[in-house]
Amino acid sequence: MADLRIHFAGIQSMNPFWLASAPPTNSGYQVQRAFESGWGGVVWKTLGDPILNVSSRFAAFNYNGQVMAGFNNIELITDRPLEVNLKEIYETKKKFPKHVIVASLMVEPNQEKWHEIVKRVEDVGVDGLELNFGCPHGMAERGMGAASGQVPELVEKQTYWVKEVAQTPVIVKLTPNITDITATAYAAVQGGADAISLINTINSLMGVDLNTWNTIPNVAGKGTHGGYCGPAVKPIALNMVAECARHPDISVPISGIGGISTWKDAAEFMLMGATNIQVCTAVMQHGFSIVEDMIDGMNNYLEEKGLHSVMDLIGQSVPKYTDWGDLDLNYKVVAHINNESCIHCNKCYIACEDASHQCIEMLSDENGENILKVREEDCVGCNLCSIVCPAEGAIDMVEKPSPIPLTWNERQKLIDRFLSNQKMIS
Amino acid sequence: MQSSVTLDDLPLNFQEVKKDLSPKEAVDEANRCLYCYDAPCTKACPTGINIPAFIKKIASENLKGSARVILDANPLGATCARVCPTEELCEGACVLNDISVPVMIGQLQRHATNWAIHHHQPLFKKGNPNGKKVAIIGSGPAGLSGARELARLGYEVTIFEAKEKAGGLNTYGIVPFRLPQEISLWEVEQVKQLGVEILTNTIFGEDIMVNEVMEDYDAVLLAIGMGKVPMLGIPGEELHGVYDAIQLIEEIKDGDITDRFIGKRAAVIGAGNTAIDAATCLKRMGASNVKIVYRRSESEMTAYASEYEFAKQEGVEFRWLTQPTEIIDDGNGNVGKLKCSRTKLGELDHSGRRSVKIIENSDFSMDVDIVVKAIGQTRHKKLIEELGLEHDQGIVKIDPVTHQTSNKKLFAAGDVVFGKGQGDAMVVSAVEQGKKAARAIHRHIQSSL
Repeated sequence: MADLRIHFAGIQSMNPFWLASAPPTNSGYQVQRAFESGWGGVVWKTLGDPILNVSSRFAAFNYNGQVMAGFNNIELITDRPLEVNLKEIYETKKKFPKHVIVASLMVEPNQEKWHEIVKRVEDVGVDGLELNFGCPHGMAERGMGAASGQVPELVEKQTYWVKEVAQTPVIVKLTPNITDITATAYAAVQGGADAISLINTINSLMGVDLNTWNTIPNVAGKGTHGGYCGPAVKPIALNMVAECARHPDISVPISGIGGISTWKDAAEFMLMGATNIQVCTAVMQHGFSIVEDMIDGMNNYLEEKGLHSVMDLIGQSVPKYTDWGDLDLNYKVVAHINNESCIHCNKCYIACEDASHQCIEMLSDENGENILKVREEDCVGCNLCSIVCPAEGAIDMVEKPSPIPLTWNERQKLIDRFLSNQKMIS
Repeated sequence: MQSSVTLDDLPLNFQEVKKDLSPKEAVDEANRCLYCYDAPCTKACPTGINIPAFIKKIASENLKGSARVILDANPLGATCARVCPTEELCEGACVLNDISVPVMIGQLQRHATNWAIHHHQPLFKKGNPNGKKVAIIGSGPAGLSGARELARLGYEVTIFEAKEKAGGLNTYGIVPFRLPQEISLWEVEQVKQLGVEILTNTIFGEDIMVNEVMEDYDAVLLAIGMGKVPMLGIPGEELHGVYDAIQLIEEIKDGDITDRFIGKRAAVIGAGNTAIDAATCLKRMGASNVKIVYRRSESEMTAYASEYEFAKQEGVEFRWLTQPTEIIDDGNGNVGKLKCSRTKLGELDHSGRRSVKIIENSDFSMDVDIVVKAIGQTRHKKLIEELGLEHDQGIVKIDPVTHQTSNKKLFAAGDVVFGKGQGDAMVVSAVEQGKKAARAIHRHIQSSL
């Protein structure tokens, strides 16, 4: 058994799998069930001044029969009194002392308010605090959540206020609804954050009902934007995590969130710099038990890779993530079609013909059988044919020997040098 | 299907065996389709239905569009969804056979055409009248398909049908638990809605004179199919209890489900799809034992693999290499026994099948109450000769391109032109022939303008 324990900004967790602050962590009952299922930690659903919720809150994006490829919600932070939540946190922590409970917090951008809530939740024994600067709907209209998370100065200031009184690690949860997430991540670090977590949900309108022309979901015939999450947002989240991870001035641990459903997703986020990961949508779809395969699959993967600890994954792929200008312009791959594995659906052909570089030919072999062949000299190595191919092993992207590597940035430097030499000569 | 069944139980046995897909099954299955380019399934469909297109439309919940794609290429798409040997056609060609299981194309086609059946929305319009008239003899698959195409091209079409109801074998000849009669009649109705006149109970050459038709119309499409099952040519054929498979199925299909087969022992002679249909019908009408008696072997039988499988599941027994030689009277003018000889197979004969030799002194008999003849169908030779058409043993000769018979005004399609030794003609092939003949008629008339 590989060692799945992690150390995250001073918090020890039995595994990297936490539940994100969301409906599954709404109550002591749920959190205790989650711990019994194997989750290493939870971020309790955001505490703050009690709110009122609307009825009809969630909606899903289904794609080609796949239910919940994406998911959105217009639910607000906890609608239960703070005292009730605090009592349940206390009881749960007492019952599960080895499990991590982080309290998610959201109050107005006011120093006293932050001080007060930090003290109250730390009194019941939480392991850390997560500042919710991310929820994009509802609370943002009142200057909280994403509204403050979109302003780097507010992120820094509020983090600072929290750090003035916090005894436990402070995690700042970032909104993706911003041009450059590293700007707010940097502000959080400047404010003294011990860690950052990302991403919160993305502004979204799930759909329009084609019969009623109502929004989906609708509240008495009206809708508002919600927060998008689930498998569809994973690539967006992974990029944002990676951008923060490779940023030289953002040197705090990262908790990765966004569309994580399996151990594979978790491993990818960790390789891209996350120290742990948080899950919500997959649990909303399948329940807490999915953590069993996350633990089992991660363990098997680590053993297969010969790694002793899950911590060995953290950040291994970050150096491989760079600016476009640092990619080798001379590197070349071309598509190769293996006709033995090809099932002749011709999807590669039409994709290349209509959407790429028209370099796949439909031919007949000596027996009159249909075959497909790539005209390598015209192939730009875009991958599209291999992506649309449904038959495993039918299309390989093959590396071609290339001359000395040369990136765009190197090329521009060489040109600049050449031009300045010329100037000197003239 | 116990022999203890009563007449009241029997109708249940004649409901469709295969269930419709549920809407979710259909969408899930539709989503499995890869939407191939230059798709092999479409190429394998005799009518060339754009299969990926209609399946994609099921996935996008555009069922009207889906039904339209199907019925545009195949006016009998609802029937074909049920009776096509899909494992040999579209589904057999599905590329997913190589890496998974093929898409249930037949069932999806049924789902989409069911929408059309239940929603009563016109999917096609008749063409602007061009003042030309075409007569079609026979309202089976070829005739209906030809009529539909001609009506869309603006022709005034009249179909002459000998029977009481239109639809030919689809209405009368395919067992109801594979194809309910109402499906066939719905397809007839769709053709009628395009302005095609169908005169039923009208025998060509009797109720309406041949020369009258030949003179009154600009072209005539002969789609008369085939006739009854021929005589076996053995003693005892006149006995009570000997049936023609086509007539037997026709009666059942038309709702005449009787109790006279309950507990009876039957022998069905022949091993084509009609023989299977008759055998399974007898089982479902309560026969206690049904044997298919065939003078060749399993590998020569012309029934589809799926039909053969179905018959075995229904408990039909098979007696291969067995040639009936006499039907023996039980003493009261009823069938009592079927006397048979063993056979062995020799060289390939002119039809491309192995010849049959009777083994001497191999006589035996089986106790049966019912004998059903299903050894193919006779040709309407008399009418064909009356029309003066060139033919080969009742198979009307046509030009493969123009679909014209030796009489240039008379075109032919369907079983009437379907040759021997090619197995059973499929409904879907007849539909395509009807379509092609219609277009050939159109070209012919246009060119003579």
